[in-house]
Amino acid sequence: MSRVTIPLGPQHPALKEPANFSITVAGEKILSTSSRLGYNHRGMEKACEERTYIQDMYLLERICGICSHSHSTAFVQTVEEIAGLDVPRRALYIRTLIGELERIHSHLLWLGVAGHEIGFDTLLMYSWRDREVVMDLLALLCGNRVNYGINTIGGVRRDITAEQIAGALRDMDILEERTRYYIDIATSEPSFIARLAGVGYISREDAVRLQAVGPTGRGSNVAIDIRATDPYAAYGEVDFKVITDSHCDVYGRAVVRLLELMESYRIVRQVLKEMPDGPVTVKAPRKIPAGEAVSRVEAPRGEDVHYVKGNGSDKPERVRVRASTMANIQAVNKMMENNNLADVPIIIAAIDPCFSCTDRCVRVIGGKREDLGWRDLRRHGISWYRKHWGIDFGELNRKLHSLRGER
Amino acid sequence: MKIPGKMAKEVLRHSLKPPATLNYPYVKPEMPDNFRGKIVFDPVRCIGCRMCVKDCPALAIEIAAVGDKKFEARFYLDRCIYCAQCVDSCPKDALLNTKEYELAQIDRQNHRITFHAHADGVVVDPAP
Repeated sequence: MSRVTIPLGPQHPALKEPANFSITVAGEKILSTSSRLGYNHRGMEKACEERTYIQDMYLLERICGICSHSHSTAFVQTVEEIAGLDVPRRALYIRTLIGELERIHSHLLWLGVAGHEIGFDTLLMYSWRDREVVMDLLALLCGNRVNYGINTIGGVRRDITAEQIAGALRDMDILEERTRYYIDIATSEPSFIARLAGVGYISREDAVRLQAVGPTGRGSNVAIDIRATDPYAAYGEVDFKVITDSHCDVYGRAVVRLLELMESYRIVRQVLKEMPDGPVTVKAPRKIPAGEAVSRVEAPRGEDVHYVKGNGSDKPERVRVRASTMANIQAVNKMMENNNLADVPIIIAAIDPCFSCTDRCVRVIGGKREDLGWRDLRRHGISWYRKHWGIDFGELNRKLHSLRGER
Repeated sequence: MKIPGKMAKEVLRHSLKPPATLNYPYVKPEMPDNFRGKIVFDPVRCIGCRMCVKDCPALAIEIAAVGDKKFEARFYLDRCIYCAQCVDSCPKDALLNTKEYELAQIDRQNHRITFHAHADGVVVDPAP
């Protein structure tokens, strides 16, 4: 049979964000895939160098709308390490609590998305309705449903009251009962199992070789979980299991996420019960000393790595972010092999991708490696567009400035 | 052989229940106490230290001196990301969160709010 290469994306109904997959098929069978990212580059790492540490915290929190707490936790942990701050235990417990609530809402969201991608929209409707419980709980604890803004350098911004703890425990009971129901559905509904079993197979060896992280790796029996292997916040003091599954396919990843929800409820209950008393923040200096640090956080999608280099001023010299989709995207190409073209949406959705979190500029402009400042980058961009596309940004810029007002 | 449609019972059970959604805008959700909504400014308390201006990630605040130890604030609510860092940064509690969340406007100028210091209290321009 002749080979055909089909482009999927950058704009495609199955993809929630822009990414491009070139899929080579023979008939319906996928032979090979190559993925291409970079459609949603937002220049966040460079923008961080222009802002103070406090402003960066909010900017980096907005890398991802789903795992925003993971990004801000990773960033403040690196800054606290450079500054040598001793964060109060109560603050660490609150960070753990919000991190787990975030995982609950992300996994319930994924369950709905997966249901939608396989044509099981009833699952989408019901799991998203139940997700509202945890979203409202996050709003109660942090002040907003997304982008919680709970972290600050040296602790957390809001304390938790006894009524909030009681409310959270009540919500955990509701969510646990609903999750038991979804686990029952996922393990006994024949259409769900038949659609997902064997789809997007990746062996344990391949998952290790391609460095799959998070539920993608754990679904292929790779027991990698930063909460257990390199405990941060209060994870060293709570008892939980690292969930793995040996199905190695999309079904395995679904089971891992559902069973992880049950572990998250256990962690939340322990954290709420053992929450130590005391202050929630220590005073952080505005100028962070020179130094560098790396911090790892288990986001709902997998390991999230932040690197910060300080130069003694109130702005970082360099910030580097590796979101979890960057680690998992290589595995997607392998997963696609020998599947049908119709399985592509659910295989991509199974890693819970977040392409705009992943997009980082790594291309070296010009022949030799050189440091480009804001001004040079801007000049390069303007002349590149003028030369290649004949677009003059001068007029557009003036319009933008008049729209924005005097600034 | 197993029969599919395990969720059918749940779906039928819910057909007799009221909807899970709110009938917005006729029914409005109640926001929690520490909700980060629209920011209000109290010119009487402001000492003009401009910590809020320095810390704002969105450059959405301007504080201008209009007299001897009198300050007024201009907010660009179209730029504001509602993180409420300014409320935390303010040493004199001159900035406060409100529970107001219906902030959409047809005209962008309506998002530019100035809190004038006035002899008889605060005058907000444009008036809410």
